[in-house]
Amino acid sequence: MSDNKFLNFLERIEPDKEKSPLMHAVFDGFFTFLYAPNHTTKGGVHIRDGMDLKRTMIMVVLAMQFCYLLGTWNIGHQHFVALGQHAGYLDAFHLKVVHGLIKLLPLFIVANVVGLGIEFWYAAKRGHGIEEGFLVSGALIPLIMPPDLPLWMLAVAVVFAVVIGKEAFGGTGMNIFNIALLARVFIFFAYPTEISGDEVWVSGIVKGANNDFFGQTYGMFHGMADWLFGLFGFSTFGAGGQAVADGFSGATPMAIAAKDGWDAVLVDYTTLQLWWGAIPGSIGETCKPLIIVGALFLVFTGIGNWRIMLSMLLGAAITAWLFNLWGATPFMEVPWIYQFYLGSFFFAMAFMATDPVTACATETGKWIYGFMIGMVGMIVRVTNPAYPEGWMLAILFMNAFAPLIDHYVVESNMGRRAKRAEEALERRGFAAKEVEVVEETVAH
Amino acid sequence: MTKIFLRPSLLLLALLFVETIAAQSAGGSYFSPAIILIAVLAVLVLLAVLYVGESLLGDSNAEVSNAKGGTSATSGGSTVKLKKGYNINLEGEAVERLDAVPVTRYAVKPTDFQGISPIPKVVPIVGDEVMAGDVLFFDKKRPEVKYVAPVSGEVVAINRGAKRSIAEVVILADKEQKNKTFEAFNWQTSSREDLVNYMLESGVWALLRQRPFELIPEPNEIPRDIFISTFSTAPLAPKTSMILNGKEMQFQKGLDVLNRLTSGSVFLGMNGDGYVPPAVSGATGVVKNYFSGPHPAGNVGVQIHHTEPINKGDMVWVLGVQEVITIGTLFLDRVYDASRVVAVTGQSVSNPRYFRVKQGASLDALLKDNLKEDNVRVISGDVLTGKQVAQDGFLGFYDDQITVIPEGNEYEMFGWLLPLKSRPSISKTFPNIFSDQKFEVSTNTHGEKRAFVVTGQYESVLPMDIYPQLLCKSIMAGDFERMEGLGIYELAPEDIAICEFVCTSKQPLQEILADGLEMIREQG
Repeated sequence: MSDNKFLNFLERIEPDKEKSPLMHAVFDGFFTFLYAPNHTTKGGVHIRDGMDLKRTMIMVVLAMQFCYLLGTWNIGHQHFVALGQHAGYLDAFHLKVVHGLIKLLPLFIVANVVGLGIEFWYAAKRGHGIEEGFLVSGALIPLIMPPDLPLWMLAVAVVFAVVIGKEAFGGTGMNIFNIALLARVFIFFAYPTEISGDEVWVSGIVKGANNDFFGQTYGMFHGMADWLFGLFGFSTFGAGGQAVADGFSGATPMAIAAKDGWDAVLVDYTTLQLWWGAIPGSIGETCKPLIIVGALFLVFTGIGNWRIMLSMLLGAAITAWLFNLWGATPFMEVPWIYQFYLGSFFFAMAFMATDPVTACATETGKWIYGFMIGMVGMIVRVTNPAYPEGWMLAILFMNAFAPLIDHYVVESNMGRRAKRAEEALERRGFAAKEVEVVEETVAH
Repeated sequence: MTKIFLRPSLLLLALLFVETIAAQSAGGSYFSPAIILIAVLAVLVLLAVLYVGESLLGDSNAEVSNAKGGTSATSGGSTVKLKKGYNINLEGEAVERLDAVPVTRYAVKPTDFQGISPIPKVVPIVGDEVMAGDVLFFDKKRPEVKYVAPVSGEVVAINRGAKRSIAEVVILADKEQKNKTFEAFNWQTSSREDLVNYMLESGVWALLRQRPFELIPEPNEIPRDIFISTFSTAPLAPKTSMILNGKEMQFQKGLDVLNRLTSGSVFLGMNGDGYVPPAVSGATGVVKNYFSGPHPAGNVGVQIHHTEPINKGDMVWVLGVQEVITIGTLFLDRVYDASRVVAVTGQSVSNPRYFRVKQGASLDALLKDNLKEDNVRVISGDVLTGKQVAQDGFLGFYDDQITVIPEGNEYEMFGWLLPLKSRPSISKTFPNIFSDQKFEVSTNTHGEKRAFVVTGQYESVLPMDIYPQLLCKSIMAGDFERMEGLGIYELAPEDIAICEFVCTSKQPLQEILADGLEMIREQG
């Protein structure tokens, strides 16, 4: 017992591990979150580096906080732009943020409650502590979803990703495929209409009977916000249900580029707008500078691997440039530099490709792995006739190939060692015999 | 380079790309010159990356100056610059002052010797008087290797551990030390066999250790080479100058004798970043190499890797400076001289300094009135590779350092996120502003054990062309071929101790490697 009253209280309420393993696992999870454990080293080294998995994971979560901030605002902004209201970036800022939160928070809560629930359950079943892997997955999943995704679909996808993708392989550190991307790809193949096409990237827009679009009818939470804003005399949501602005299609710049090329994109959007992310898309993917800030944070702290990021950038740039040379379709003619203004390249680079568990384990492998993701992803993006984006598929594809790449790197290491042994034997063959002869003459 | 182009699987991959590009070209005709050109370009780019990767892999760990290829280091005098590694700067460095302290109890611990059977044959019984150099015990499987008493005195206890194994043979030292004097021996003219027998009888054989496996060598096996690291980069390690002071002659004599025992050379690894005592830099009959870089540059395993690596079937001997001195003393003075310089270090020691004591000395005398706090861990050795011993325990046979640090059995609120004190780490998430900062540490693990998650971490601190994480996984999977292929023979647990320190997942790497070596040894 320590002299800390709060610690004593926590020790008193700790559930019994044998009687209620699930409660104990949950307690242990929160307790170790609150307090670094009092474990000491046994055998082996006597001191340990200050770094642990919790800190590693939380650093990644910190790195994506900017995406959450801008994503929240952008959900609201896209909604109002579609309705032809508050077109200025800062107009009705409060409404945009509130609308964004109303869309984003449920996604975040469902993803984490479902995912962590499964983690807790497996931790209890296996009798080990709760592993931190889902800390990052749970933060990533909402950011790569469209804002209007039905929550039950998200729940099903998370269950699939965590149970089949991770726990079936043995838990954190054992999975072959990136968990967050598995959740997304599950929705992508099981419910494609919810995550592809032109109609899902702007929130709060519903389709009418004659294929025309309307704003959604606002619900309870919007009403509460309205009441609050009304008190201060701010602008409010109103009832909702109004028609969208003329010419609204909901298409992402990427979809426009895929169909009609770069010039068509510039009709609707400016390059600055594309770069800063005031465009429809998955929640966290749009704002490139803030993602790059997160990526640089990961690189400087040494948590994200810069080799993967750099080689992926190179791979994508070179492939895009090759497509420029080819120029068979309008999308291929998009200047290679502007390919980076579209879609989710940076998000995939910073947070998905660098997942250490599913990437190559060897440094050389990481160069190849990143480059191949860049290449494959750009090929899928540009040549895929149905769906103009490729990073999710490319990363999952290369996740499957990462062990093969490592295998060759390791083979080459083993080969070098074998060759070295052979050479040493050749060099020393005669020398050793000579010494033996000398030995004998000395002995006799 | 050419090998890459021939690898069929890579070509297949390249073909796949050509196919993809060709098949997906919407509306374009197949095999138009442009498509083929671009496909070829794409394949070339891919292969260029593979080539760059391949050459990046080619021993990027070390840079041997005045190198004319990999073997130039054997010609001697070269400097190997090692970039990878991490120096753990701790509080409690020993001041350069050598004290003598009366020690009454000594013990020789069979557990200090790798591979010895747990119940060796103890020669004296409790109450017998022994002289320094008298045989204390021997392994029944290898009776020719004798383990001798470091001091003269009365055997007061034979302590047993688990399963009746013998843990310690304790001697109460005489006030007037009596040394067993061995017969005169001419090591220059005698045969190797006689020389080996002399060393076996006098007890200095146990000072030698062979790699791989860190065993005491077989008497009739001739080592390929003998490696001696003359400096340590481990945390708070004693300075060679302190050890060698006044023992220069013995050191050179020891080297001369060792030279007779190998078919190859005796290699001295010298500190490329600091002071090298003249006895080392002026040593004759040996091949000298400088090693510069952070820990573990001073580890003999790392030095072997960069001079003449251990291949499958090779066997080399390794020993430290103090062991060489003991051997040298035997041939100069005909006695087994167990005295050595020991650094008593660590932040919990109030007056960290050097002592001249004998092997197996009781720590009582060294730590009495010399500790700042009670809740401490006493380590015979350094914080990375040493063994935990009781405060009234005994110095290990090969150790020349005692480290005392506080136990860290405390909770720390949000300790993983916002640590109260700066702590040593290779992670840049800890803003350790002063690069030469000395850290206060404890035995807290700073986190719980997890599966392997982070990659590339061990490789970043191990200056060898080896993949420790993959090696550990192959050991856990019991894959012998891969263990050998990945270089298990080149490693001893002490070499990957630094990897274990930095491990985010708090894995016991030294234990895993020791298990792997044990498995290989049992397979023969």
